[in-house]
Amino acid sequence: MSLYDLFPPEFFKLSVPLNGYLILSAILFTIGVATFLFRRNVITVFMAIELMLNAVNLTFVTFSNHFAKVDGQIFSFFVMVVAAAEAAVGLAIILMVFRNRATLQIDDFDTLKN
Amino acid sequence: MDANFFPQTAELLRFLPEIILTIAGTLLLLMEGFKKDGDSRSLIATLAAVAIGLAMYGTVVAYDNPGLAFSNMLVSDGFAAFFRLVALGVGLLTVLCSSSYLQRERSHSGEFYVLLLFSLAGQCLMAAANELMMVFIGLEVSSIASYILAGYLRDDKRGNESALKYFLLGSFATAFLLYGVAWVYGMTGSTNLLEIRAAMEKGVPSMTMVSAAAGLMLVGLAFKISAAPFQVWAPDVYQGAPAPVAGFLSAGPKAVAFAVLIRVFQTAFEPIAARWEPVLWVMALLTMMIGNFSALWQSNIKRMLGYSSIAHAGYVLVAVTTHSTTGTAAAMFYLAAYGLMNYGAFAIVTHVAGKGEGKVTLDDLKGLSQKEPAVAALLTVFLLSLIGVPLTAGFFGKFYIFKAAMDSHLVWLTALGLLNSAVAAYYYLRVLVVMYMHDPETTEHVTAIPGGLKLTMWVTAAATLVLGIFPGLVLDFAAKFAALNK
Repeated sequence: MSLYDLFPPEFFKLSVPLNGYLILSAILFTIGVATFLFRRNVITVFMAIELMLNAVNLTFVTFSNHFAKVDGQIFSFFVMVVAAAEAAVGLAIILMVFRNRATLQIDDFDTLKN
Repeated sequence: MDANFFPQTAELLRFLPEIILTIAGTLLLLMEGFKKDGDSRSLIATLAAVAIGLAMYGTVVAYDNPGLAFSNMLVSDGFAAFFRLVALGVGLLTVLCSSSYLQRERSHSGEFYVLLLFSLAGQCLMAAANELMMVFIGLEVSSIASYILAGYLRDDKRGNESALKYFLLGSFATAFLLYGVAWVYGMTGSTNLLEIRAAMEKGVPSMTMVSAAAGLMLVGLAFKISAAPFQVWAPDVYQGAPAPVAGFLSAGPKAVAFAVLIRVFQTAFEPIAARWEPVLWVMALLTMMIGNFSALWQSNIKRMLGYSSIAHAGYVLVAVTTHSTTGTAAAMFYLAAYGLMNYGAFAIVTHVAGKGEGKVTLDDLKGLSQKEPAVAALLTVFLLSLIGVPLTAGFFGKFYIFKAAMDSHLVWLTALGLLNSAVAAYYYLRVLVVMYMHDPETTEHVTAIPGGLKLTMWVTAAATLVLGIFPGLVLDFAAKFAALNK
């Protein structure tokens, strides 16, 4: 079976239904939550948050397209800007933690307790 | 939405506190650029205090020009003015406390005050947000600055860890909030609180999806107010952050997060009130129980205050659960009173902890009444107020909350809440026993209290007592505007 058989020209004229995008974004968000909860490396955990924010962006853009209004797309720009600011601060904090402890495993950050 | 790109003067006036704080923050950041390492930063600290004072004046100006601003993005009403003043008041106390603290820890630099001003700008924006996107922007402006403040002492391991936990869990919570916003937008076609409500009353594709979206937003906000089961970060963050910052985080951002919770749920999600009231009921009870029962075992004062702040969030949630005007007024009064008494307690911890915050356990308070009688007496005032003893602000706070709960027939919640207050008395009184009934273990020299810190302690103690005798000073204002946002 050739690539042409798999993706004939008609394939690219099909439109993905609204639900497809929403389900995809829900899956992305869930993957982000699961990664946040189960991975032990700080950088990976941080990337999980970015994934969640991007899932949100996809939802915004999908609905924006559905309503044929532009405000949802503007919101996704807001989210991107804030995510960038958060990344700058977050990576700086991670860097300081790494300098003081020489580890990035979440389980090693247990100084704060009773 | 009107396509008016040129805001009118009145709109700018409604936005005045944020404008002042942002400009002042930027100018102070420039000023800091010209300072060398050893230079005194007292001018920057003074200017930051002046800027917060001006922003308070700006709040009054905004209050005198009530109405909507910037295509209905913001609303300037009494409710917004109240929470702006609470946040700015806490900010002012933080500046007073921090100057001497940062000198003691040898990391006095102007960025601290700049970040504080930016954080306050975000909080003022949250208090006045009439739009879910503005809520998000305000929350993030406030939070991102707070993450740095929590880890401000860069070489302090505890501070780093505190900042990291605050950052990771805070961003995680924000993502939930935002996913909720996206679905609300998808279901109602708008992010404006009033338009959401109008759309819901007209009919939306799926009421279940709107409720789920509201639930996601509630998760995000519950993180910010440290409500159970999303409270795990609070004790760690308050324990590790510098004491003045911990006081700031436990009072200001929490109060405005409650403002957002009340405004969003009682304005936009009013039509689905029957669905979120039971959720808040359970959340309020869990928050009180977990906060109070965990605080019983703590030997670190900052950590104990962290758990106590969770418990107090639970009491305020009781007021929010009532979903009545009196309940909202009680929540507003309680948040203002809590800001005062809790900041006072943290100011005392700032002093007692000593250099490097080495003395923060209960044992370090032994015989404080003999070493520093005035400090012990002031801490007594704050702790009694946190318990809710009459003649203190905390008493009237709890009184109004449980009265509002009874008026709304939340009998069980009131009963369990009162039982919780009794449990809470145990761990606050334990501190008093240690201070007054034990002899000091060390005979080291008592350090003098710096002026700013002393002022903070006395002002908060005086205000706690004044509100305990004349609660009407704040309550009348709160009651007047609690209904406006419905």
